[in-house]
Amino acid sequence: MSLPNGLIAVVKRDCPTCLLVDPVLVEIERAGKPLTVYVQDDPSFTQAAGSVDDRDLAQSFRLGIEIVPTLIEVVAGREVQRTIGWVRSEWAAVSGLATLGADLPAHRPGCGSKSVEPGIAEQLALRYGNTGMTARRVIVPPQEDDIEVCFERGWSDGLPVVPPSETRVYRMLQGTSRAPAEVLGLVPPNLSACTIEKVAINAVMAGCKPEYLPVVIAAVEAALDPAFCLHGLLATTWFSGPMIIVNGPIRERIGMNWQGNVLGQGNRANATIGRALQLVVRNVGGGRPREVDQATFGTPAKLSFCFAEDEATAWTTLGEDRGFRRDQSSVTLFSADGPLGCADQKSRTPQPLIRSLAGSLRAVTHVEMTNASDAVVVIGPEHGRVFEQAGWSKAQVLGALHAALQIQGQDLGMGTDAAAPVATPNTAGTRAKFRPEGLTLIRAGGQAGLFSAIIPGWLMKGSLGTDPVSKEILP
Amino acid sequence: MNAVLLDPTGERDPVKRSPLAKPATLAGLTVGLLDISKARGDVFLDRLDEMFKAQGVATRRYKKPTFARPAPISLVQEIASQCDVVVEGLAD
Repeated sequence: MSLPNGLIAVVKRDCPTCLLVDPVLVEIERAGKPLTVYVQDDPSFTQAAGSVDDRDLAQSFRLGIEIVPTLIEVVAGREVQRTIGWVRSEWAAVSGLATLGADLPAHRPGCGSKSVEPGIAEQLALRYGNTGMTARRVIVPPQEDDIEVCFERGWSDGLPVVPPSETRVYRMLQGTSRAPAEVLGLVPPNLSACTIEKVAINAVMAGCKPEYLPVVIAAVEAALDPAFCLHGLLATTWFSGPMIIVNGPIRERIGMNWQGNVLGQGNRANATIGRALQLVVRNVGGGRPREVDQATFGTPAKLSFCFAEDEATAWTTLGEDRGFRRDQSSVTLFSADGPLGCADQKSRTPQPLIRSLAGSLRAVTHVEMTNASDAVVVIGPEHGRVFEQAGWSKAQVLGALHAALQIQGQDLGMGTDAAAPVATPNTAGTRAKFRPEGLTLIRAGGQAGLFSAIIPGWLMKGSLGTDPVSKEILP
Repeated sequence: MNAVLLDPTGERDPVKRSPLAKPATLAGLTVGLLDISKARGDVFLDRLDEMFKAQGVATRRYKKPTFARPAPISLVQEIASQCDVVVEGLAD
């Protein structure tokens, strides 16, 4: 857009410095300089002849005004220089009038522009800016409840969603530096392109704050990695859904929970980030229960399953194990069912505690099945202390668990009903309950309770199904 | 004032695809039998194979590497280029 040539001043009455410089504006006009004065609040206050009403802040927005007064020099329709507040030498330079404001103090700071006041900036960006938001607009008639409209259109997971208004989605998009049009991948089952904008819309609906958006984006990227096999995980009759574990500094910055009730309700970041991923699958991908999602039971964890790891322990973090530094933030996605508790309030040394955890882990999928699903074990602080006081590393605990989970073939009798026409299993030797990479240890939970939580996953794993996937969380 | 919401979906209307017309007869056609690797799918398809062959209908057998993932594109193309009709054993 071409600007009026000469000088432009942007002022408001509610600014003592603007009142102070008003005689200077008159002085500029008397000197024969073309001057346009945009007034943000009360156009009658200035004595300058060239004042223009900018109460809708359109010009202030287009000129990118942050401080008033601002004086801009325009040549051939283009800005060549500007100064903010009142600094006599700078006003003289911009205006080319050396004696300007000779009887005023040498300098006075300006005030905030009305166009950058909280709540106003977003409205101006939506009205006059290029927000990059291209999603189809859905008009809600005034007599209808927008939350109900979201239900009726099938956008909800069964709980109310926050209606994704333009203002909310615009604010959400301020949480990332990535362009709204950037495509993260194709979301199954419909293989619809998932843009940052679509992620932002669903993050609004899930109840996220803008600062959570980078975590949601990383989670979507991980879910769309072919190794995660989102299509199969969605479609399976088994319980599982995606589980997000967050590592690194962002856990504290956005106030995530890795302490008491870590797998439960009540923390906004934990609850809404996991929900946002599921809403992306539902809405962008079209993956809905009792349609392509053929789960026999499902799990409450499919509404949302996201938590952070306790990194204040002697063990390496999941993020480190997955190749990140401690100062990098990351998400790791697993397929996951609901948690299964393991109580051991007696063991004070590692070996009996290993025996307890291994005994509980045997029940994953079926006590007489081996090599079925992977499992994540969330070691609670009190169980973790038993291992740490004995100097056991995470690798030692994992090794001991795998050793304790070699199952005798003769104990694997499941499915050997003589009447059923299936092969009798080979009962010789021993079998590993889990594949070598099939057990993952996480540290989290409240300070009281000699418990750990076993979180099994989908029966289909590795190249035949799903593998955990990690992505760095980027601003 | 009307509220304006941004569509959170993939913005595709459901893809309504009509199924192909069923052939009036299987004479001269080839039937593909696709085992998706679910338990005992082979038992079901073996019996169908016998019944088709008894009627003089040509059959070809195929198997997905895992039921957990969509069929590889190469397998889909192989079946599409070799068969007129497909029977897929979906459940166990």
